[in-house]
Amino acid sequence: MDPFIFRTRINQIELLGKKAKNLKQLVENIKTVPSSSIYHHTHRFLEQHIYFSPEHPNDFSYWITTALGLKRLGEIIASVEIFQFKDIESLRNKFIKIIETYLKGTSSLRNCILGEEFSFMSSKMFILNTPFKAHNLEEFISCLRQITIHSFYFHMFEARMRLQKDENDFSRWFKDNGFKRLADQIAFLDPYTHTLEGLRKKIISLATKYTQR
Amino acid sequence: MKPIKEYIPVVGKQVIDELYLVADKVKNIKVQNINSTHSGGGVAEILSRMIPLMKDLGISVSWDSLEAGDKFFTITKKIHNALHGLEVSLTSKEYDYFLEINEKNQKKLSTDSDIVYVHDPQPIALIDKDKGQGKKWLWRCHVDFSKPQQDVWNFLKKFIQNYDASVFSAPAFARKLNCRQVLVSPSIDPLSDKNKRLDQREIDSVLEKYGIDKDKPIITQVSRFDYLKDPLGVIKSYRLVKKYIDCQLVLAGGGATDDPNTIEVLKEAENSAALDKDIFILHLPAQSHLEINALQRASTVILQKSLREGFGLTVCEALWKEKPVIASAVGGIPLQIAHKYSGILTYTTEGTAYWIKQLIQEPEYAKRLGAHGRRHVANNFLITRQIQDYLLLFLSLYNQSDIVDLG
Repeated sequence: MDPFIFRTRINQIELLGKKAKNLKQLVENIKTVPSSSIYHHTHRFLEQHIYFSPEHPNDFSYWITTALGLKRLGEIIASVEIFQFKDIESLRNKFIKIIETYLKGTSSLRNCILGEEFSFMSSKMFILNTPFKAHNLEEFISCLRQITIHSFYFHMFEARMRLQKDENDFSRWFKDNGFKRLADQIAFLDPYTHTLEGLRKKIISLATKYTQR
Repeated sequence: MKPIKEYIPVVGKQVIDELYLVADKVKNIKVQNINSTHSGGGVAEILSRMIPLMKDLGISVSWDSLEAGDKFFTITKKIHNALHGLEVSLTSKEYDYFLEINEKNQKKLSTDSDIVYVHDPQPIALIDKDKGQGKKWLWRCHVDFSKPQQDVWNFLKKFIQNYDASVFSAPAFARKLNCRQVLVSPSIDPLSDKNKRLDQREIDSVLEKYGIDKDKPIITQVSRFDYLKDPLGVIKSYRLVKKYIDCQLVLAGGGATDDPNTIEVLKEAENSAALDKDIFILHLPAQSHLEINALQRASTVILQKSLREGFGLTVCEALWKEKPVIASAVGGIPLQIAHKYSGILTYTTEGTAYWIKQLIQEPEYAKRLGAHGRRHVANNFLITRQIQDYLLLFLSLYNQSDIVDLG
């Protein structure tokens, strides 16, 4: 069995200097900003609020609702199931389609008040090795309890969406080592509907049950 | 100064371990910080706490200040005000003098650093990419930069764009620039006098000193006496509450005693508060960190009713002490408070009064807000996170791609 080597990643947030004061400007920027920006605005909340899920799970829906007052559109954007998307480009296109459809059906363009413009950001990812290594399921559970939330996040989210692997790193390792049912159970979880700590607990619980079979 | 390991009980071993992992990648890089002064002001305070911690992590980091006199600092104060959007005029002679002092200091710069980290506008013109080939230059803006006066901005922009990256505290300060812009939120030090745990005796002694009744609800705003912090609006909100609840108001803060604005605002606040023995206007010296800490910890509700705000770290300070906070939704405050979850965001005097009443009458809800707030600060706004951001910033100067595998 190849060991699972836990890695971690830390983000640096970059400011792109691009701002939007209405929906038209928002969608034009969504079309042109780097994919790391779309990723940042749809995933930032996961790490900033690791113990609870805020009302708006991405920056676009938050801004559309609070700065533009478009609650219905905000809710539609909030409801986009990120888990269903395999890569950032298809997620980007989904947002563009929703907003452009909305714009076609309205004649007025609402501006936010001065100072509440949407500021586009992106994130630069630094990946590092950690000292944690698991040779079996028991060690894996033990490591999972000890690693930082950044390390957990890296294997669960970045692997799939940003590094464009087919599945999260945990499911991949379980599958490679004959724990197929456990791999499927974890791959089936929608990680975006959990808090990070909640998700960590859930995976520890599933893996623990698996060892007790 | 406390060693970095003393932060383990506060932030957890995992966070410090991760900090060491990153620090290990930076240890061969020499960083020289330069700001205007070693004493006084927020930047000096931050650097004086961060530099020893970075050294403890094994980073080769130094800190130098400009050599300049009053004439220079009068000019830079004008520049500072202009960046805040105030109408200020600078003469060409003043610009020339500003450049002359920067040039004199530039000659004394050490030549062996790899990165020169320049803080705020005062030393901004030190940049000289020809001197010391391969040296990287960073510029950190600590001030509210959202509405700068155009001619001063144009003057500074020429220098900013020469830097390898500029660093801002809030997304709203980002501008169209042809150099990288990085976001690093400010932070609080949980072990500093302003934020460390105090025992009840220490808190009570401060209340006693100022004659504040610990058995009556205390509403507090800690901030400079400045129109932008709206102390008069705070008094109005308090009065609306006072009609229904017997409570006290504490307005505590500093502000330079030679600043005409401070004196004027302080006088207006005192006039407005006259004859009400339950309003305490405390103009405290700059080093009153323990007293501020005690006043925050003794409070029932804490306000930050600013009209404009760079970041508003007093919100973090209050949340760290698990206090329910009601604050204006301006500047960096919404980054610190999720409305009705980790605090309350308001827009008006009346709205502020409404929520003060709610939180005094519903202590369990208020307690929950404070607990969530502390957790949010612990995850996002402690000094350990800011150190990590700075270390990544240094590394990013040598790694251009979006995904960097440091191994």
